[in-house]
Amino acid sequence: MRGSKILLESLKKEGVDTIFGYPGGQALPIFDELYNEKAIKVYLVRHEQGAAHAADGYSRSTGKTGVCLATSGPGATNLVTGIATAYMDSIPMVALTGQVPTSLIGNDAFQESDMTGITRPIVKHNYLVKDVKDLAQIIKNAFYIANTGRPGPVLIDLPKDVMLAEADYVYPATPNLRGYKPNTEANKNQIKKAAEMIEKAERPILYVGGGVMLANACDEMVKLAEKINVPVTTTLMAIGAIPSAHVLNVGMLGMHGTRYANYAMQESDLIIAVGARFDDRVTGKVADFAPHADIIHIDIDPTAIGKIIRVDLPIVADSKSALRDLLSAVKKLEHKEWLLQVEEWKKEYPLKYIDSDKEIKPQYVLEKISQLAKEDTIITTEVGQHQMWAAQFLSFTKPRTFLTSGGLGTMGYGFPAAIGAQVANPGKLVIDIAGDGSIQMNIQELATAVKYNIPVKVAILNNGYLGMVRQWQELFFGGRYSSSDIESSVDFVKLAEAYGAKGILIEKKEDVEKALKTAFAHKGPVLMDFRISREENVWPMVPAGAGLGNMITEGLA
Amino acid sequence: MTKRKVISVIVENQPGVLARISGLFSGRGFNIESLAVGETEDVTTSRMTIVANGDDLVLEQILKQLNKLIDVIKVTDMSEESHVEVDLALIKVEIKDPAHKSDIMTTVGIFRARILDVTSDVFLIEVTGSEDKVNAFIELMKQHGIREMVRTGTIAMTRTKIQK
Repeated sequence: MRGSKILLESLKKEGVDTIFGYPGGQALPIFDELYNEKAIKVYLVRHEQGAAHAADGYSRSTGKTGVCLATSGPGATNLVTGIATAYMDSIPMVALTGQVPTSLIGNDAFQESDMTGITRPIVKHNYLVKDVKDLAQIIKNAFYIANTGRPGPVLIDLPKDVMLAEADYVYPATPNLRGYKPNTEANKNQIKKAAEMIEKAERPILYVGGGVMLANACDEMVKLAEKINVPVTTTLMAIGAIPSAHVLNVGMLGMHGTRYANYAMQESDLIIAVGARFDDRVTGKVADFAPHADIIHIDIDPTAIGKIIRVDLPIVADSKSALRDLLSAVKKLEHKEWLLQVEEWKKEYPLKYIDSDKEIKPQYVLEKISQLAKEDTIITTEVGQHQMWAAQFLSFTKPRTFLTSGGLGTMGYGFPAAIGAQVANPGKLVIDIAGDGSIQMNIQELATAVKYNIPVKVAILNNGYLGMVRQWQELFFGGRYSSSDIESSVDFVKLAEAYGAKGILIEKKEDVEKALKTAFAHKGPVLMDFRISREENVWPMVPAGAGLGNMITEGLA
Repeated sequence: MTKRKVISVIVENQPGVLARISGLFSGRGFNIESLAVGETEDVTTSRMTIVANGDDLVLEQILKQLNKLIDVIKVTDMSEESHVEVDLALIKVEIKDPAHKSDIMTTVGIFRARILDVTSDVFLIEVTGSEDKVNAFIELMKQHGIREMVRTGTIAMTRTKIQK
């Protein structure tokens, strides 16, 4: 069987039915094979970065491994930002890249780039296939690596001659990876110790990260929280792990988290961290972080434990199995006083904004979206102010419905990710919350959305600024708006129409609801251009390098 | 407090593995003192001996991050076990005055080093042993003048426990 055929047969064995890709010279044998392949649908994007983010959105919304495909050289390097995005957020992905024939590798051949070299620090693993006989086994290994342990992207570089070479095809039953054995079960003694620590604690808090989402362990987490009656704070990556309205949910913590989540962390005497990694956006100044708390850290990746914060009890395990074990090991507990205190903070320091009748406030748009969208609506975001407002003011009820680039903070992620999520969830409403800066980074994917009639809705919160940059310049750089003013850069309605999509301009508050209803009812992709108040800031905020308890809320007092 | 750790790493004998290891150290800002690599008794594996510096937190991260690499089969923290370390250096020592010859040769004898080559103005000397011993020998040779030097970096092996 030909290499390209072996590739597709192997992908099908791994359950792949969707690929986001873009062809080119060295990838031609693969695309030629795909031409006749009925069981795999290829979505042709307009830029390879879009393919990587679409595969990512496809994965985040389903848990399946996303697959993207590009040609060698520039096609492959265009995937890099998308691969790095997936790596930072531990998203299972397999990136396939064409490569020049093996005889030319190292010759600086046309459209040659050393992809295993370039991507080495941003993949979980990568392969250059030099012999067609190794191909099936490598694909088996790649999918196993991508979607087990701490998930992540795996790149497979496929030289053209290998794709054209012939070999016998037998798909291996198992991966052959003697150096890779992810530990999924928690040590029994550690679980017992954890249960003891939990039972002794007076002010425990569950600090939940994206690992809980990735392990599909949200049910177990909520059950544990309810059994031991502790507040739950989620990172950006874990929004949706517990319903926004749940009485124990104190929302997101960290730089733009809720005051009450940050206060609860700072005052707690036990932090139960699950699938979270104590990112600097979460901890603030490490020396001042949760001074009274012992820390139990559950994570499947041993390197995540003790990397930033000294941990009192490490538990290396898949969060689903660890939470299940912990749930049966702990007694039912009440923390009346503690929960009362948290409730008081909630009342005293709610998330708020000053609404206006003269201009549209971004928070108002988001609240309207939450009111009008269905429960299973999938939200993606770009990166910036709108992303933080979305995290603060949208409400969620289900896991895997908030897709955002947390670790890398990739502008241009949200729109192609929404396309990927919509492809994976054809019946659901998928909305990309965007800024007028971010949306222009992958705007070309409107062509993809229109071509395949992928009916994603894009809500641009347009303030004519690179808003988060402007906010930092206002607060920390004396108001010198260096290269952050992008006002009137584009007519988004005309742009949408140029691509064959629907565009709506919303300049008045009273038109917000109508526009959303129109957009949600429309069968195709829609770009909504909400002209919002220009210099609205994201509050509260822990300035970079300050302690988590030192939040500022200028202008909201 | 900065400590020194000798780490033995068994890896898949495949192209790119060295780059994965060295990239890990450079990318994460870990300090590497030496790295020696070669084949083992099993042709499908190579063994790297890495000497690294850092505080406890950093050294723990180094061990964990090495373990996390897919191509790494086994990581052994030699510092935790009874082991033998050997470093090898080739040194060209200048003979500025023929009268110095016997002094150099005496030192070579004391250190159980070997003279591999000699010309009218240079000894080529091989010295092996622990890093400290090789360092000490180099210090003594400096007074004569070192023209060129190369070191392998430390390699290490655990001692086999004696069965009783």
